Amino acid sequence: MAELFFWPALFFYGEAAVGYLGDARHPGRPGRLATWGVRLGWIAQTALLAAQAVRNDGFPWGTWASSLDLFVWLVVSAYLIWGCRVPYRLLGLAVMPLAVALLVTARAGGGTGVGTASRYSTLFLVLHVGLVLAAFAGFTLAAGLSGLYVWQERRLKSRPATILRRQMPALATLDALALRTVAWSVPLLTLGIAVGLGRLLSRGDGMDAVIATTVVTWVVWCSYLGLRLLGGWAGRRAAYLALAGFVLVVVVRVVFPESHFG
Amino acid sequence: MIRLVLVGTSHHHAPVELRERVALERDAAEALAARLAEGGREAVCLSTCNRTELYVAAEDAEAAERDAVAALAALEPDVEPALYRLQDRAAVLHLFRVAAGLDSLVPGEGEILGQVRVAQELGTTGFFLERVFRQALQAGRKVRAQTAIGESPASVSSAAAALAEQVFGSLDGRSILLLGAGKMSEGASRNLRSRGATIALVANSKTEREEIETALAAVDVVIASTSAPGFVLDADAVTRASQGRRGRQLLLVDLAVPRDIDPTVRDLDGCYLYDIDDLEQIVAETLSGRRREAERAESLVAAEAEKFHEWHASLDVVPAIASLRAKAEEIRTAELQKADSLLGRLDDSQRKAVESVTSQIVNKLLHLPTVRMKQAAAAADGVTYAEAVRHLFGLGEDER
Repeated sequence: MAELFFWPALFFYGEAAVGYLGDARHPGRPGRLATWGVRLGWIAQTALLAAQAVRNDGFPWGTWASSLDLFVWLVVSAYLIWGCRVPYRLLGLAVMPLAVALLVTARAGGGTGVGTASRYSTLFLVLHVGLVLAAFAGFTLAAGLSGLYVWQERRLKSRPATILRRQMPALATLDALALRTVAWSVPLLTLGIAVGLGRLLSRGDGMDAVIATTVVTWVVWCSYLGLRLLGGWAGRRAAYLALAGFVLVVVVRVVFPESHFG
Repeated sequence: MIRLVLVGTSHHHAPVELRERVALERDAAEALAARLAEGGREAVCLSTCNRTELYVAAEDAEAAERDAVAALAALEPDVEPALYRLQDRAAVLHLFRVAAGLDSLVPGEGEILGQVRVAQELGTTGFFLERVFRQALQAGRKVRAQTAIGESPASVSSAAAALAEQVFGSLDGRSILLLGAGKMSEGASRNLRSRGATIALVANSKTEREEIETALAAVDVVIASTSAPGFVLDADAVTRASQGRRGRQLLLVDLAVPRDIDPTVRDLDGCYLYDIDDLEQIVAETLSGRRREAERAESLVAAEAEKFHEWHASLDVVPAIASLRAKAEEIRTAELQKADSLLGRLDDSQRKAVESVTSQIVNKLLHLPTVRMKQAAAAADGVTYAEAVRHLFGLGEDER
């Protein structure tokens, strides 16, 4: 059953990635097709997650691979909030190839099937995995917005004659959206870490590399918020800091996951 | 058969000295249209800074054209050699192109659509011109919705405003510092103000340097166009002001020659400096983009004009179609009455079924001839087909 939804989701996300690439070269129709690809892929993946939830006895996204599946859905959901608007199509060029790659990785790791329930309690996993992944999805989007900021800023600095040919989100808008996204995501990560640490202490388990890097990630994103709200940081400097924070998200999600997921 | 006649002149055919002598105020345009429409005609006068055109719908196209030429010549005798005269298809296509901004000085400019609408409202119109102008306006809107012809700026001042939107998004609540109050900076600031920005300070040669730097720390856009021989703003001044800006972006537009703003300002974090050459290159590029879009727009307009032509041509065959259908209905009703003694044995639902079946037979039989006649009308054979139908079905002369 889950297979039935995985392939359409992958197909439409792939179509969206190709469409956004085409839109970057010739804005217009490819961008519209890509937006539909995101919508249809998201619907298919939602159905996939629903099938997993119904068929599993317990929380179905507790393994590393299955949590990637949920992570992709959260990232695409967050992107869909703005992604349908024309100026944000270029953001899709960063988000959709990533979504395709992560969905394929999730499948390779067996995370898109059914019957992968974790040995941990459902309530703990719902809170911990849900909060951390939602925060990471927010950071991913904030990094995408920041990447777009850096790109658009370079264009404005280099003053090409074609600067007005492509409809782009304004610098100030990108800056504000990235801040708002991080302001939502940091509390989610804080709660997710608190739940995880509570569990860790009650079971008497030790720290692992994922926990340590997640805490460092939390510190970096808290610094981002602090510097922006109190230190007067904005623009390019803040965008680079967001991109650095995203590197840590990638490390947590992809580089050493096996030590943490049961 | 109603014909459409267009007589007019535009920036393609007449210099401004000539155009201004045949340009008409709203009241005069309304009065002229009313005068041309006497004798059962319809007329619209479209007068803008780039064109004065008279559209007349009449049975006698030649007489209507003579009257329209005379009306414009009465305003200015020298205009006659600069007049163009178009009829029917060519006149319709011209109006549709005008409404879409394809005949404008700057392709795709949006003001013309409103001017065409006002001209229609002031005209003396009947079913024909109402339909032509309504479809022309639809074509204009379609071109603007389906192509990017009107999206890019066509002047230095609108390019500056579009750049400000690339940096700040909405300009509501954004503030401007004007250095010098020349014509160029006035145009740019007017464009910015129309999008919600406000002027914080207009500085001239007597304004204190300290006051300029204080304003610089607070504003979002600087527009410079003084006639000062050297830089009015150097990198040091902008750096000092940036300390109070908390990373906020600053757009600087230097319209002056020689330049007012030190070009090294563009290396500062958060500062985006554009000089007059940058803006002129942007405008040149966007105008070439508009011309590219104009090619797409032309095919849209041609398709809309063709739709109008099909409707216009179908007017030739509509009376014949109506007569044919009336005749068929008359026969159907008569035959049902003849069979009344037999039908009398049927109950109500059975009688209704017979009525329905006979109606459907008539409709199905007449459907294809009706479609074919309309198609033939669009291909200019409509009158011949209509005559053939009248002859074959014996439709009376009184029905013509």
